Amino acid sequence: MTRKRFPTHIIVFLAPAVIIYTVFMIYPLIDSLRLSLYAPSAENPQVEEFVGFKNYETLFTDPNYAPRLQGAVKNNFIFFAVHMLVQNPVGLLLATLLTSQLTRWRAVFRTALFLPTMLSFVLVGFIWGNIILSPLWGIADDFFRTIGLGDLIQPWLGKPETALITLSLVSVWQFIGIPMMLFSAALIGISDELIEAARVDGATAWGVFWYIKFPLILPTVGIVTILTFVGNFNAFDLIYTVQGGLAGPNFATDILGTFFYRTFFGFQLQAGNPTMGATIAGVMFLIILTGVLVYLVGFQRRLTRVEY
Amino acid sequence: MKKLFFVLFVLGIVSVLGIAPLAAQDGVQLVIESWRNDDLTIWQDLIIPAFNAQYPDIEVVFAPSPPADYNGILNSRLEAGTAGDLITCRPFDASLTLFQAGYLASLNDLPGMENFSDVAKSAWITDDGSDVFCVPMASVIHGFFYNADAFAALGLEEPTTEAEFYAVLDAIAADGTYAPLVMGTADQWESATMGYQNIGPNYWMGEEGRLGLIAGTEKLNEGGSLAALEALARWQPYLIDGYQALSYPDAQSAFTLGLGAIYPTGSWEISGFEANSDFELGIFPPPVPEGSDTCYISDHTDIAIGMNAALEGDRRAAAETFLSWVASAEFAGLYANALPGFFPLADVEVTLEDPLANEFLSWRGECESTIRNSYQILSRGTPNLENELWRVSAQILNGELTPQAGADELQAGLDSWYMPAGM
Repeated sequence: MTRKRFPTHIIVFLAPAVIIYTVFMIYPLIDSLRLSLYAPSAENPQVEEFVGFKNYETLFTDPNYAPRLQGAVKNNFIFFAVHMLVQNPVGLLLATLLTSQLTRWRAVFRTALFLPTMLSFVLVGFIWGNIILSPLWGIADDFFRTIGLGDLIQPWLGKPETALITLSLVSVWQFIGIPMMLFSAALIGISDELIEAARVDGATAWGVFWYIKFPLILPTVGIVTILTFVGNFNAFDLIYTVQGGLAGPNFATDILGTFFYRTFFGFQLQAGNPTMGATIAGVMFLIILTGVLVYLVGFQRRLTRVEY
Repeated sequence: MKKLFFVLFVLGIVSVLGIAPLAAQDGVQLVIESWRNDDLTIWQDLIIPAFNAQYPDIEVVFAPSPPADYNGILNSRLEAGTAGDLITCRPFDASLTLFQAGYLASLNDLPGMENFSDVAKSAWITDDGSDVFCVPMASVIHGFFYNADAFAALGLEEPTTEAEFYAVLDAIAADGTYAPLVMGTADQWESATMGYQNIGPNYWMGEEGRLGLIAGTEKLNEGGSLAALEALARWQPYLIDGYQALSYPDAQSAFTLGLGAIYPTGSWEISGFEANSDFELGIFPPPVPEGSDTCYISDHTDIAIGMNAALEGDRRAAAETFLSWVASAEFAGLYANALPGFFPLADVEVTLEDPLANEFLSWRGECESTIRNSYQILSRGTPNLENELWRVSAQILNGELTPQAGADELQAGLDSWYMPAGM
């Protein structure tokens, strides 16, 4: 009788990922959640004492925090909605065009459309905030005047009603390459036989897309959605580089990331408050966790993967 | 054999490289934390060499961070124990908090502190006056810059009263060549600092109004404080196109490129404007409202330097040497002339060479001085009055809030945490 040897190699192979992930992701996450249950002691501000869920209570009820939290969550959902309504459908459209046999120079377009994704946030913020949309030196003004729409010119980034949508669209411009690539990969993976069979049965291009291709790339739609969700609720950089830590005008572009930054590190005369910052981070974690769970339970488990 | 020589050769180089920095460690290296990244070259080329002429053993490195992030970055560094040895101090509560948390050393016994008056030290002292923790370096004076060539072309004179000020703005607007007022509201702080705090003292009677707020006898939503916001709101039609999305550097460039006629700001702009504009610059103090015969200026104690409380031994001694030198007449003269518009706070004779700086300084004799009303005590809590002023002033200039509604929000925010003594 041969006893099965303990599979040491599995541990060896798992170890690097598990160790790195634990040290740099899981431990800081848990420590941040721990910090959110502490507050500076009244006698000695350098000592932090355990206060239970008091910080969360403050965050949800205090007139200094609650409106900012609501505003940030609302803005974050608008930010997410713009990505879902513009970035992902347009990404899918571009992917469809790029995988079509009829499109020429596909490699050129693919590269050009993916380029902004590789730029740094600071660069994207500078290009859009200072070079394109600046009311003083921006080229958007000249462009709109040339096509006869001079009346439409506005300081988009400076008005509360337009600033968030403008920044969301800048972010869409930057990240459209990601859904485009994921959808392209999925579309390329669809067997030609299925499409040919549909054609033989008399399906139009529109019919082929909606009844053959789209159902087959549904898993990718799910992945793109959840990636967008996680990315948007962690977003910070673009808003900070363009509008600064106060996420102006009048917090119109304040999302959870900037709210967290301002609270944790402080801004100008407002001193940083690490424990309240950790509390906001805890709320961000809960929102993202809920979103991911809804996706896993409600969407991914119902998908049927088609093998061909 | 060749290989052995090669190994010895490499070892030799490594040991020389390794020992060289050790040899230089005879002296001490001090790092200065600052938000004045504009002044980097002045520190490197002028101030530090002048210090080293007397104290060659102490190496000083000026390591600034971006202004808006300075407080946050500094706090995290102090908490982590990685902050520099000398710390540039923001006025009032920001530095007081650092001292109370034990990050800044007390400088009561520092030689040279006797050169500063109580007013100069007021921004860096505990409420009971028992501990001073930063050496005052400079104050800045608010005022208006104007394009003198534009004024000459349009036949305009420096306005002294509010009515004259609006008449000048109307004349510039009617001509249409220049934007009457250049300022952006995108960064928000300009609206409060360069707008509200600039003209405000004339409406709330300087120190009287400021101390009244602290004592609770004055309110932000009535009297002088409200009048200042109402005066600020009147600027809106005169501001440069698209001001809602203009950042501070954009507005500075717009003015130095000659796109606008008047730029509300403060004396700290002198060197930048003199270097970048190719027209004649002029300045005038905040115009006085009708029925007032005294002018008030914001002469704000803005910058000081303190010592990291964690320093020990030689480094502490070196840091104290440097701070004593900062308190000396030599530093005051050097700093004031290297950075025209930053006026020394030490009670020493200093001759200023820059004409604009001299003109700013001359207002001290003509007008009553005060400091920004949100800095002392009133920005200790949450919501922080200074940050609220940024937001509300920018909203008022953007036309999103009326002065009364904005002032009510400010007072409600302050009432939520501030209890004036004796009330």
